[in-house]
Amino acid sequence: MADISQQLKEQVLQARDSGQKLNIVGGGTKAFMGREADTDAGTLNVGEHTGIVDYHPVELVLTVRAGTPLSEIEATLAEEGQCLHFEPPHLGAASTIGGTLACNLSGPGRPWAGSVRDQVLGIRLLNGKGEHLRFGGQVMKNVAGYDVSRLQAGALGTLGVITEISMKVMPKPAASLTLVQEMGMDEVIHYMNSRAAEPKPITAACWVDGKVYLRLSGAKSGVEATAEKWSGEVMEEGDKFWQEVQDFHHEFFAGNDVPLWRFAVGSAAATPELEGNWFIDWAGSQRWFRGAGELKDLEPPARAAGGQVSLFRGGDRNGEVMHHQPEALKGIQRRIKTAFDPDNIFNPGRLYSWL
Amino acid sequence: MTTKPKVSKAELAEQFRAFIDPDYVITDDETMKPYECDGMSMYCEMPLLVVLPETVEQVQRVMRICNENAVPVVARGAGTGLSAGAMPNKEGVVLSLAKFNRIVEIDPLARTARLQPGVRNLAISEEAAQYGLYYGPDPSSQIACTIGGNVAENSGGVHCLKYGLTVHNILSVEMVTAEGDVVIVGSDGLDSCGMDLLALMTGSEGLLGVVTEVKVKLLPKPEVAQVVMAGFDDVQKGGDAVGGIISHGIIPGGLEMMDGHAIIAADDFAQAGYPRDAKALLLCEVDGTEEEVHEHIAQAEEVFRKLGATSVRTSQSEEERALLWKGRKSAFPAVGRISPDYYCMDGTIPRRHIAYVLTEMEKMSEEFGLRVANVFHAGDGNLHPLILFDANVPGEFERTEAFGSRILEMCVEVGGCITGEHGVGVEKIRQMAVQFNDEELQQFHDVKAAFDPAGILNPGKGVPALRFCQEYRSLEHKQHTHEHTEAAHG
Repeated sequence: MADISQQLKEQVLQARDSGQKLNIVGGGTKAFMGREADTDAGTLNVGEHTGIVDYHPVELVLTVRAGTPLSEIEATLAEEGQCLHFEPPHLGAASTIGGTLACNLSGPGRPWAGSVRDQVLGIRLLNGKGEHLRFGGQVMKNVAGYDVSRLQAGALGTLGVITEISMKVMPKPAASLTLVQEMGMDEVIHYMNSRAAEPKPITAACWVDGKVYLRLSGAKSGVEATAEKWSGEVMEEGDKFWQEVQDFHHEFFAGNDVPLWRFAVGSAAATPELEGNWFIDWAGSQRWFRGAGELKDLEPPARAAGGQVSLFRGGDRNGEVMHHQPEALKGIQRRIKTAFDPDNIFNPGRLYSWL
Repeated sequence: MTTKPKVSKAELAEQFRAFIDPDYVITDDETMKPYECDGMSMYCEMPLLVVLPETVEQVQRVMRICNENAVPVVARGAGTGLSAGAMPNKEGVVLSLAKFNRIVEIDPLARTARLQPGVRNLAISEEAAQYGLYYGPDPSSQIACTIGGNVAENSGGVHCLKYGLTVHNILSVEMVTAEGDVVIVGSDGLDSCGMDLLALMTGSEGLLGVVTEVKVKLLPKPEVAQVVMAGFDDVQKGGDAVGGIISHGIIPGGLEMMDGHAIIAADDFAQAGYPRDAKALLLCEVDGTEEEVHEHIAQAEEVFRKLGATSVRTSQSEEERALLWKGRKSAFPAVGRISPDYYCMDGTIPRRHIAYVLTEMEKMSEEFGLRVANVFHAGDGNLHPLILFDANVPGEFERTEAFGSRILEMCVEVGGCITGEHGVGVEKIRQMAVQFNDEELQQFHDVKAAFDPAGILNPGKGVPALRFCQEYRSLEHKQHTHEHTEAAHG
């Protein structure tokens, strides 16, 4: 538990003076994400900037330094019967909250519980000028100034160093159970979306290997009553299954030989017809695809499904890994980058080759 | 800040009339009069002219002309905003999106709605009701306010704690940039690649772009909703009860608190049967499946009784639920009845400080000689003090503003912020200097410039020019500090 923000700031200022680039590293468990890191750049280690700064269970608000491991945060929350509602993927024991926000990673409950970005209330950020700034706040509603905090979600550290995060936490659900049944991929999109349109305590829905899994959580009576009405077998060790999905430990994700693509698309859109295997999560909004191919060939089907595709793991990480951006949006993003990091110090080329 | 426009009013009107129905290019003072202010009517300004385009292409052409000629543009929805965010610029154009009022498509399976920006908030839920769906955020102006304005302000409502703000309930926006390009931010997916521009756009108060279409998420309408009303003889007990409910693991659909003044005004108005001698009243609504609501209502009643409620009443029918809410929902007009004018403030505080904040506010009320009633979105810490005044008494509005400023500064002192949902606009622009330091404000200006290099979109709102901030801070003898002064009240 240490506050090393001053040291981080000095390192940024030094890099700025000497024209050096910096790769921002927390727990180092997400090195596989984004484009290849710049090998000439130095390392800015946020992993030692740790500790819970403020936590008031009745406020449902936690403020924590960005390098704090998820496991430490979750242990503290569990003592009060609370949790990180967005179910952060643990890509390793060292995974930090800062990296989770920078990569905008959320688990299976995301369509109902919200994403990490949704729970963020405020941040502290070191920009490329070495200024340590504070945006947002520690309260649920705050509309003063632009939402710079949530802007960081998915930016992969290209806009600055997140040093501290205030976020909403939630009570752990009192009860939870999982229903499983066999179903073909052609039927499952309609099925999951129809279930999600019912006013029932559904909190996760995924499909893999010819089976659909629905999780119900909340008040025990509501969960049990719904399970009786809906089809499917109650799954033994349902929580274990969802934990595996959350942490990419499910066997679908194993191995690095076949690239893992992420399609973030309309929940009810038809699944693109491609050579390879699918894992459908988030009731259809997040579809994982394992198959060879190139980004430019996968973009049209992703667009047809109302969304975007990115290369999550494996494959060619020297080319682009994120869905192509139209010129006008490229211009805006370049200028935003310059607004935060005028000397292009942070994670150069990690998000896009042109940023 | 923009430079002086390069064209005259007549030239500009002529250029617009070349592609917009001349009836919708308004230049005479009488027809422009309704546009001089928004819901914050104390701040008025007449614009150069008003245009009401009917197509996205027309919006693009308006933006290109204004950008080339450095003419300010103030986008406007229904004009219900409460921070003068839509107040015209006297050298600029008011760009009304009123003609964009079509619900383009509802997809009941995907639970989404595609909307033009001028669609009214309530109209979304009314249209979605046939599918058993509704749109979550429900600001109190929902009968009139539009979805475009909701995006600009990141509007909330009484259900935010459980269902989130606008930012949590939209998938994408189509917008026209200051330079006249059309871009789509977001997608049908729950997130998009790279930095989250959709979040940045939400709540940007018309300073970054003009929204021309919005795709929102719809939610299944809960099976049942029931409300528990609890009265307390002490504000502290009421505040503790809010924490008690949440600690119990219950996330209410709505959790509202009123102080003694608001209770009496609302009950006089709505005859809701509120406990008139109570110092704090909580309305706690639980929604969900029948079983879940039954379980949580019983727990909520028990928590309130344990924490010293002097009265507890649970709605037994839809009519009773509506009646209990009627008082709360009519709190503003109710207060309007007991005073010639009222000024609605909008700060957010950590809930645990509610008793301290209300007590301090009572002291200030005496100091300023102005009454104040409080309604509080207790679930999410959003406070709406209503300062009662008479605009016809010289100097009384100025005193009201000063009182309001002190309240907002106190919100920041206890770790909160100067606006929970009304936005900064013109109204709170000075207090931005209390919540943010110069480096932070400069970062906001730099973000703005990334979208709007010529500075034509809603100039002078949202983020103060730095030169005014120093003056404000020294004027008020404020020491800008980021450390919250929790110690001030233990």
